[in-house]
Amino acid sequence: MFRLEARPAPSTLARWLAPLGALLLTLLLAAVLFAQLGQSPLHAFAVFFLRPLDGLYGIGEWLLKATPLMLCGLGLALGFRASVWNIGAEGQLTVGAIAAGGLAIHFDGSDSAWLLPAMAGAGVLGGMLWAAIPALLRTRWQTNEILTTLMLAYVAPLLLAWLVNGPWRDPAGFNFPQSIQFGESALLAPLLAGTRLTVAFPLALGLAVLCWLFLRHAYLGFQMNIAGQAPAAARYAGYSPARTVWVALLVGGGCAGLAGFAEVAGPLGQLLPSVSPGYGFAAIIVAFVGRLHPLGVVLASLLLSLLYLGGESAQMELGLPASITGLFQGALLFALLACDTLVHYRLRRSR
Amino acid sequence: MNIDRRTLLKGAAAAAGLAALSPLHALAAIPKPTLPLKIGFVYVSPIGDAGWTYQHDLGRKAVEESFGDKVQTKYVESVSEGADAERVIRDFAANGHQLVFATSFGYMNPTLKVARAFPKTVFEHATGYKQAANVGIYAARYYEARYLAGIIAAKMSTTGTAGYIAAFPIPEVVMGINAFVRGMRSVNPDAQLKVVWVNAWFDPGKEREAALTLAAQNADVLTHHTDSTAVVQAAEEKGLYAIGYHSDMSKYGPKAHLTAATHHWEGFYRKVVQDVIDGSWESSNVWGGLKDGMVDLAPLNPVVPGDVAALVAQKKQEIIDGKLHPFAGPLFDQDGRQVIGAGASLTDEELLKMNYYVEGIVGKLPK
Amino acid sequence: MNDWLPILATTLAAATPLIFAGLGELVTERAGVLNLGVEGMMLIGAVSAFAVASSGGGLLLGTLAGIGAGMAASALFALLVLHCLANQMATGLALALFGVGLSAFIGRDYVSHVLDGVSGYTLLDGLPPLDPFIVGSLGLFALVQWFLYRSRGGLVLRAVGESPSTAHALGYPVRLIRWAAILFGGACSGLAGAYLATDYTPMWVEGLSAGRGWIALALVVFATWKPARLLAGAYLFGGVTILQFHGQALGLAVPSQFMSMLPYLATIVVLTLISRRGHAIRLNAPASLGQVWHPDS
Repeated sequence: MFRLEARPAPSTLARWLAPLGALLLTLLLAAVLFAQLGQSPLHAFAVFFLRPLDGLYGIGEWLLKATPLMLCGLGLALGFRASVWNIGAEGQLTVGAIAAGGLAIHFDGSDSAWLLPAMAGAGVLGGMLWAAIPALLRTRWQTNEILTTLMLAYVAPLLLAWLVNGPWRDPAGFNFPQSIQFGESALLAPLLAGTRLTVAFPLALGLAVLCWLFLRHAYLGFQMNIAGQAPAAARYAGYSPARTVWVALLVGGGCAGLAGFAEVAGPLGQLLPSVSPGYGFAAIIVAFVGRLHPLGVVLASLLLSLLYLGGESAQMELGLPASITGLFQGALLFALLACDTLVHYRLRRSR
Repeated sequence: MNIDRRTLLKGAAAAAGLAALSPLHALAAIPKPTLPLKIGFVYVSPIGDAGWTYQHDLGRKAVEESFGDKVQTKYVESVSEGADAERVIRDFAANGHQLVFATSFGYMNPTLKVARAFPKTVFEHATGYKQAANVGIYAARYYEARYLAGIIAAKMSTTGTAGYIAAFPIPEVVMGINAFVRGMRSVNPDAQLKVVWVNAWFDPGKEREAALTLAAQNADVLTHHTDSTAVVQAAEEKGLYAIGYHSDMSKYGPKAHLTAATHHWEGFYRKVVQDVIDGSWESSNVWGGLKDGMVDLAPLNPVVPGDVAALVAQKKQEIIDGKLHPFAGPLFDQDGRQVIGAGASLTDEELLKMNYYVEGIVGKLPK
Repeated sequence: MNDWLPILATTLAAATPLIFAGLGELVTERAGVLNLGVEGMMLIGAVSAFAVASSGGGLLLGTLAGIGAGMAASALFALLVLHCLANQMATGLALALFGVGLSAFIGRDYVSHVLDGVSGYTLLDGLPPLDPFIVGSLGLFALVQWFLYRSRGGLVLRAVGESPSTAHALGYPVRLIRWAAILFGGACSGLAGAYLATDYTPMWVEGLSAGRGWIALALVVFATWKPARLLAGAYLFGGVTILQFHGQALGLAVPSQFMSMLPYLATIVVLTLISRRGHAIRLNAPASLGQVWHPDS
């Protein structure tokens, strides 16, 4: 029999080898799965991981889809480190999209260069506002943020649905529930011709660096880490628990709101009843698979984005049902999480 | 949550769209394709066994059956209506698919964007209102079948009240509700229709709960504009009648299921494919009804009396012959305001923008 | 009475899947393990129950299959979090994703099957017949309530959730107890799925549970980890859902989107009213909830 023994310090080698091990494990799982479906595992793998990245457009799509995951994941990771369980980034993203989109609709026709920055600001503020509700309830009345953030994630899309069905409906759009298409000045231009990638992607990367600096060098970042890992010590040291909650939720909400802005001013170009296919929820996985580290979040969002594109590719190229994608994604995540163990523990033969 | 999928439009909107894109129209020259013709289908939900996407997939299968190895069809299911749609549609076009069916309203702007980049690929977009040289649009006059279903509902109801479980207040859904109550009132001027919105295309539990709510409020015939069979099943369980939608749902409620207002894309899809293969395809705006076989009623339950069946058959023929219009005047909205007078009927454009209830409906349609 | 009876009956039924899944998750969390995979386990349970029941296995066997499948899914989770010491939140979310995919994959051959629902027992003439699942949900509540507060096993389970290291030092098999708690949670989620697929809306379609697993998770928090409050929360959520439908059918001129928000908002407001009484509520959360525990640490 083997047993796990805690390592005195996390292993750097294992930290790098774990993802590789996970990939090998998934390859094995997938080989069985695909063989069962009558597909060559290697070919299926190529379709899943390589075909989507074929060409500039494909790479652009990969990074484009990773952007909202990265933005939401960064904010969430910061909060999770402080043990503030914001699981409603989906709602914060939606309200960010509403705020940014509302500005674009209100100032339609304006060619001010300030419109886009203002929309970005509105998106961030919108996300923060939606996250401020759980923060207030938690700090004033101890209302558990797991519940409030999740419930508000269901409320936000209904609010958006009402807006695009009512006050913000495109008057020339035959009463369909969608807003006008935004003007040029309210749209982010593609970063590279022939792709849909916008400046939001480098912005997200920059934010990752900022997060890293904050956690490493800022006193507040240190306080939040302590608050998460040793709440008693944090209280003893006099760190304000309320401030931790507020910062965690506002940063999480702001990042998600920025993602909402990037979606409506980027690939969507208008407000629709559904602005996100669940980025805010998927970002929770991104945060944890990225081990709550900014660099990890960047890598995890790229991985998850590729898995989504791979799923489409497998349907198109191999005729596999969409459910296979979910199965495969789940299996890869399981493998990744299992292999992660070896970073902190080592396998010992027990006597 | 896919809110704005599918729906239709036509008429003036199409003209406006065409005008806006007229420079492209001049380029219209779709070359004859190399065989086998690769065809892509973009679906908004899983295919399942009944519902919107299931009916479209029947159309895809019919194409495969009719054309054999002259065609090769592929599909991607559960494509959300946001940013993902454009990529999937473009992926089809970029990989040699010369015909792409985008089967939900929310794919409209993505389809147009991709169509501009692939002028030699043919796109057919369901239930939108923007056309282009290489983008045709198509939808069906579901309201014609709804009107007939309303007649049956009123005849079979003992309480004079029917219940309607609806997904989202978009014109297509409102049009169906109004046509249903017009059908009811054509045979029972006092008939009432109660509407509950579940704000989801698909949530069997909520659809059931809404159905039971309506049953508790005296509705004894239930119908729905949502994507599952839950309403028909709930009616079966409670001993009420139900009218299905999209697909024939009789096996889910053998006693309850009176009929269903069904969609049929097979004929249209075959024609489009044939035109593309022949090199004779031209962008068009198709809004087919009972006459074209794009909508129909499922076989009536034997409990429907012969005289009712005969009446429905007669009204169906009148609609097909153009003698009867479900929205013929005089038409009053629910506040009693006259929308059109006797002798006139709503134009297609007025229908497609419909955002008010006609008389006979309990409740207000929030603006 | 006549007006309220159907509302009551529908509320009871709407709350039942939430009660099953919520009670299971509550016990799991009381042992200090957070399993966010409820939605996935529910769907796996639903498809398994439907597959067995609609292939001639009957409802009882189908329900057992649902329970078994839910347990199997939770065993995968237990293996990862208890033996590989994987992060609980992430593993749970991965299970939710995996469950959606797996259930859709298994269910492809069953989407066209038809099943007759359960017919209830008549308790008293004039009352609507009682559904065995609804009765079962109340029984399960009584069982969990008794176990947690009146049995020695429950005491040990709670101790494990509060401080696994202390429980370990006292000689209790922490890992084994958590295994049992996770499996119980899986069984209950599977049962919730079985109820949905064989009784409530007897059908199988992808995503049948439509998010009920997530609501059940939220209700455990709402309940501040107490079974009686979970029951109350489930009835509140179900009841507001039904009432807003009634309001719509009566013709209230409020946009339906706002009506649909009501169950979510009501839950927030009521939890806030409960929580504001003080810090005691927060202390109800099992102290070790969601944390990895290893005998060495």
